[in-house]
Amino acid sequence: MFDLIAPIFQRLNVETGWNFIIFYDRYEYDRFLTGISISLQLILWSILLSLVIGVLGAWVQTARSRLLRGVVDGYIQLFRNTPPLIQLLFFYFGLGAFTPQVDMGGYYEPLISSFTWAILALGIFGGAFNVEIFRSGIEAVPKATAEAAESLCFSSWQTYAYVTLPLAFRISLPALTNNLVSLAKTTSLAYVISVPEMTYTLNQVWSDNINVPEMMIVLFLFYVVVVSLIAAGLHVLEKRLALPGYGR
Amino acid sequence: MPLVSIKEVHKSFGKLEVLRGVSLDVKKGEVVCIIGPSGSGKSTLIRCINGLNDIQKGSITVEGQEVNDPKLDKLALRKKVGIVFQQYNLFPHKTALENVMMAPVKVLKEPKREVEERARALIAKVRLSGKEDVYPGHLSGGQQQRVAIARSLAMRPDVMLFDEVTAALDPETVKEVLLTIKELAAEGMTCILVTHEMGFAREVADHVYFTDRGVIVEHGPPEELFTQAKDERTQRFLSQIF
Repeated sequence: MFDLIAPIFQRLNVETGWNFIIFYDRYEYDRFLTGISISLQLILWSILLSLVIGVLGAWVQTARSRLLRGVVDGYIQLFRNTPPLIQLLFFYFGLGAFTPQVDMGGYYEPLISSFTWAILALGIFGGAFNVEIFRSGIEAVPKATAEAAESLCFSSWQTYAYVTLPLAFRISLPALTNNLVSLAKTTSLAYVISVPEMTYTLNQVWSDNINVPEMMIVLFLFYVVVVSLIAAGLHVLEKRLALPGYGR
Repeated sequence: MPLVSIKEVHKSFGKLEVLRGVSLDVKKGEVVCIIGPSGSGKSTLIRCINGLNDIQKGSITVEGQEVNDPKLDKLALRKKVGIVFQQYNLFPHKTALENVMMAPVKVLKEPKREVEERARALIAKVRLSGKEDVYPGHLSGGQQQRVAIARSLAMRPDVMLFDEVTAALDPETVKEVLLTIKELAAEGMTCILVTHEMGFAREVADHVYFTDRGVIVEHGPPEELFTQAKDERTQRFLSQIF
């Protein structure tokens, strides 16, 4: 791939001055690939974590225990009502200061890396919204449908797993798509705690090579493509799961 | 011993007393219809039989087992007592066949192949062969209701409860659902029906109960109740219908 595109971009640079160095310089090219990989991992893991939190949180909110419901409520208030940028800084610099350091043979590294902190912070941030999204989906499932399951001997957990959640998930999907797309974009904030994802990487590239406009274009296009793919994927899922004659 | 025995049952929703000392017995193989004006507590009564509503006073036993016992295994009770609702309440994300198979496979953990065979036979029995792979949203109300009946039967219950199962249907489709219930009754299934279909009650029931404001006003064999009602309230109710 590199050998194929390198001459083209090298010529472009020589002839027009447009410097897409990440496409013709091997060192910068590898940096760029690492940035893509870290960004995609960050998006994937924080989305997965936010989904797990969303499903469990919404399940807890249907529980009888007031204490449990209160804890989830507090969590939502705390993380929905603070900026994700502040959360990242709080997790990395605030909590990070209290986590143990590991001896790496001469120098010390924090037990939890900035990458892991970013996943935790972003997953917890996105999860707070997902709990609310799933809860509204659960509330939209007719009580009578769950009652039918109960009268067919389903336990309350089985009713949730086989009937309520699958239906609630379908009802929640449009709102969920919005939140996951937003979360995917928010991963760029991991820049502030030096996670070498796309934004951070390209920032380094343009600092070294003074090609800000070119790298800005690449950065912009990167998010356009990645986020469009996520949205399109969720849209396909929404269509495939659509129920004939239900919820419209 | 009666299969279902209801003794002096009281049930309130908050301050509203819906059942005020209701008693009735249903023997095995019997078909019992409960009729009465809206709000008389008919639906509440049959929902109490499978524990969907709890009761405050009195006793309900199914095969000698007390329904109101806090230690009761509700799942074991519900296996014996099938219920069909006014609004069908099928699982909209499952096909007709899957709706029928779901509980025996997921809850009773019966082998899938066996259950599928039984489910297909039940769907044929309610005259819906060919609709196995159709989703509820693409079935008519009457078809959905018959799937709901098949779904309950798949659990092999000892008694079936029908809660105004034709109330949401148009007159055309009412017939097909009633026919299905009639066949079930003819096979000896114990049935308790809450219904507004007086003609059907008269034809199928062994015993009819007339309820009003939470009490049983009068009961007897259909011919007797429909033609020679003794209580004035029963007479008034029936005169408005016939």
